[in-house]
Amino acid sequence: MKMEAFNDRNVADNGYFLVDIEDYPTDGWGKFKRVVKRSFRGELFVGLWVVMREMIRFDIHTVQYPQEKMPIGPRYRAVHEMKRLWESDTERCIGCGLCEKICISDCIRIDTKIDEDSRKEVSEYTINLGRCIFCGYCAEVCPELAITHGGEYENASDQREHFILYEDMLTPIDTMKAGKQLEFEGFGSITPHEDERVKKTPLAY
Amino acid sequence: MDTAYLIETIIKVVVILLIFSALAGIGTYFERKILAFMQRRLGPMYVGPYGLLQVAADGVKLFTKEDIVPTNVVAPIFKIAPVITAATAFMAAAAIPFFPEFTVFGYTVHPIVADVNIGILYILGMMAVGLYGPMLGGMASANKFSLLSAARTAAVFISYEVVSGLAILAPIMMVGSLSLVDFNNYQVGGISHWIVWSQPVAFILFWISAFAETGRTPFHLIANDHEIIDGFGTEYSGMRWGLFFIGEYANMFFISFVIPLIFLGGFGDGSFLGAIGLLAKVAFFFFFFLWTRAAWPDVRPDQLMWLCWKVLMPIAVINVVITGFVMMF
Ligand code: SF4
Ligand code: SF4
Repeated sequence: MKMEAFNDRNVADNGYFLVDIEDYPTDGWGKFKRVVKRSFRGELFVGLWVVMREMIRFDIHTVQYPQEKMPIGPRYRAVHEMKRLWESDTERCIGCGLCEKICISDCIRIDTKIDEDSRKEVSEYTINLGRCIFCGYCAEVCPELAITHGGEYENASDQREHFILYEDMLTPIDTMKAGKQLEFEGFGSITPHEDERVKKTPLAY
Repeated sequence: MDTAYLIETIIKVVVILLIFSALAGIGTYFERKILAFMQRRLGPMYVGPYGLLQVAADGVKLFTKEDIVPTNVVAPIFKIAPVITAATAFMAAAAIPFFPEFTVFGYTVHPIVADVNIGILYILGMMAVGLYGPMLGGMASANKFSLLSAARTAAVFISYEVVSGLAILAPIMMVGSLSLVDFNNYQVGGISHWIVWSQPVAFILFWISAFAETGRTPFHLIANDHEIIDGFGTEYSGMRWGLFFIGEYANMFFISFVIPLIFLGGFGDGSFLGAIGLLAKVAFFFFFFLWTRAAWPDVRPDQLMWLCWKVLMPIAVINVVITGFVMMF
């Protein structure tokens, strides 16, 4: 579908026109004439024909949901995912805690520790999906594009508290090895052609 | 009254009851499918192939549901109301000749339970009594939507009844009998003998009042879901609600039989082809009920009264008068 028709706000040139609506009759004779006109102009049959035409055309729009699914846009904000680095397949998350800080429903809990190489490592990372409002702030704030939103929207649960752990969100290592990790294109992600636009900070003027 | 006649009648009653109860269920399937297709949907798809067993699933659900009689209702009337709708619908069927008579094993079967000499009056009267179901059910319930629905039933009741009675009067004058079999025999000479050609106005009027009688769109104001929830059916559940439903759909089928029998030649000369023809006509009229539901808006109760009393009734009276003059001279 072309988007121009929706983005163009200059409606005057796009074939919009005022519908010609007659004034309502006020006197009895006028009302009578309107009834006669409406009765014999066959408007009812226009309606009948329209639905019959649709039935004959059989242009069905039903999506038989569990078997068929609509494609969802990259900006859709469903259950979170944790991405891996393309270069080394390790986790992108650096444990900075910004997502926990920004989350407006306070549903991210993160705990970090110092690992044997004296690097910061995420030890616990949990999101309470029952509280999450899928606002997308965490994905936007994340400096590493580590936490993102995925397209998995079927997350019904039998209880209000529904937690998702770090391991569940993390891209499986097999998928990563096969190069199948989908890069996030939603809000907060890098815009296309960012490489060409980036300028190095000069050392001296 | 000999035993053979008694047995035959009982068999006929049972057959009609079974066939039309089943048809009422299948009718809902067709309604849902056809409406869906007209609105670019698929309708029921999951129970059985193409959703065919949906009827069975719904039936099981209706039969096994708990029979709830809400606290503040007038229990005896609340309980009897759905029975009135369903029972009168089937009682009306007693005077309808569904098929030409045929012979099995040398025994001639008349597929009509009782060929009473006031057949058409009996049918119209019985169908009118059927409206007491929604009315009593609505008044016995303890909520305002049901009460509104009962009031609307009364409005429909006093409006369409006049039109259907007067519309049918002109053909009755021509045929000179009230039995539907006589109506059929009057038109036995083929398409050119159909009453619809000499009484087109009466045909249209009767058809319109059939919509009011069965409470279908555009006169679906008795149980208009988007205005008054389910009207009289709001507090009903389970099989009591199911009885209302069966009554409504059986009524649709029966009125679809009555219209062709009176105006469109019925089963003609009684041959096999004629019987098939009658079924085709019935199918068309039933389909038309569904078709209009997809296409037309509903009228308001006051508009229905206006239409019936100020427009249709004068036309019907004029039609009767003109028919009388033509027959006199
Ligand atoms: S989407 Fe919003 S509410 Fe959900 S975890 Fe992220 S910041 Fe918190
Ligand atoms: S997911 Fe992103 S924002 Fe959250 S701790 Fe990890 S790197 Fe920081």
